[in-house]
Amino acid sequence: MTGAPFVTGRVSTPAGEVPRASTALSWRDHWGTLFVRLAMGRMAYTVEPGLYAVGSPSPESPVLVSANYKLSFDHLRSRLGGLDAWILVLDTKGINVWCAAGKGTFGTDEIVRRVAATRLAEVVTGRRLILPQLGAPGVSAHEVTRQTRFGVVYGPVRAADIPEFLRAGMKATPGMRRVRFGIRDRAVLIPVELVIGAKLIFGVASVMVLLGGLVRWGYSVDRAAASAPGVAALALAAFAFPVVLVPLLLPWLPGRAFAVKGAWVGAAMALGLYLAAHAGVVNPGGRLELWGWMAGWTALASYVAMNFTGASTYTSLSGVYAEMKRAIPAQAVLAAAAAVLWISGRLAGS
Amino acid sequence: MPLKYLPNVVTLELDAARCNGCGMCATVCPHAVFAVGAGQARIGDRDACMECGACARNCPNEAISVRAGVGCAAGIIAGLLGGIGPASACAPSAGVKS
Ligand code: SF4
Ligand code: SF4
Repeated sequence: MTGAPFVTGRVSTPAGEVPRASTALSWRDHWGTLFVRLAMGRMAYTVEPGLYAVGSPSPESPVLVSANYKLSFDHLRSRLGGLDAWILVLDTKGINVWCAAGKGTFGTDEIVRRVAATRLAEVVTGRRLILPQLGAPGVSAHEVTRQTRFGVVYGPVRAADIPEFLRAGMKATPGMRRVRFGIRDRAVLIPVELVIGAKLIFGVASVMVLLGGLVRWGYSVDRAAASAPGVAALALAAFAFPVVLVPLLLPWLPGRAFAVKGAWVGAAMALGLYLAAHAGVVNPGGRLELWGWMAGWTALASYVAMNFTGASTYTSLSGVYAEMKRAIPAQAVLAAAAAVLWISGRLAGS
Repeated sequence: MPLKYLPNVVTLELDAARCNGCGMCATVCPHAVFAVGAGQARIGDRDACMECGACARNCPNEAISVRAGVGCAAGIIAGLLGGIGPASACAPSAGVKS
């Protein structure tokens, strides 16, 4: 995209003109980032694949490889202020480096293709590609070298460490090679998790509001309407609490399986509800309904936490399979118990 | 406090006879699972492995095997429901993964 707003000029090379990308992020880039983070977690937010320049690179300048997810690209270029380098943007279908590497779109074949398409061998003499370490699951470094005659160096996990990595003669410290999952990393995921899960919980809440009208020998719209605000609030709370609390409290929650961590959050919420109901602060209905809510909250919190495995940076496929095999039956039993308790409570109280 | 996932579940295997100690596995591993010294790689903290597959794919001597995949329950569920592969639902939103 020659007219992309971050392009500030062109650099001519033996392989033609290469757009120069700014290393400063504009208000528009910041808005885009915010938008992707807050609402449209899964929309396409892409950069045209190809070769870009930052600063005034020479044929000896380093070549950094990136994904065409705009957040990945912005992240990288914003850390390169004052440096002269080339950026080779792969076509990863608008997906970030790590997820694309898992799918193989950030992979050996695409690197080979993009190196040829950009005629990189005519632009640089260094014949070395610097790949983000998190791209390694999709790339076979020796295979890239065999097919392109470009050597591969794996750079640091975080773009912020690239200047130091380059200064140190392309050496990464052990810390630069480690993936972290600190409280900030976890907190930024919350908005998108809320959006992703919203469909499920609005579905559950709607069904429960409708079921709220059941009476022993039929259906009462008035009764459904009367209980709707309370039912909807308790259903939404069942989701909102664990989505926020599980990421924030992750290291301190008991257990290693995410489903277990979530169940603890759910149990604590259920206890809170029990106490609040007894203190008269909330009115979930009769005793059966209260116990139904408590079981349902625990089941849903466990499920929500289990679904957070994919956003974490340390869960293995085998581990997730292992926990799902035990957690899903338990969650299903708890959810079924919740449904039976709650519906019988509604009928009994009608 | 480092976060630890389930013990004794991962499928990571190292065939020491094929290894020449090049160190590539230690370079690419995001969880420092390997230690390399004296011309030989060794699996240190095996339970820290997330089965990303980077080490196996980048070992020039095919000394490592692991069932690589994405540890994502939502992806596995979507895969079971929709018949797509487990990795297909990996959320591209994850900030740390940019
Ligand atoms: S990458 Fe392969 S050959 Fe090299 S140290 Fe690791 S296991 Fe050994
Ligand atoms: S599969 Fe990934 S996490 Fe596991 S040892 Fe290999 S590189 Fe490390």
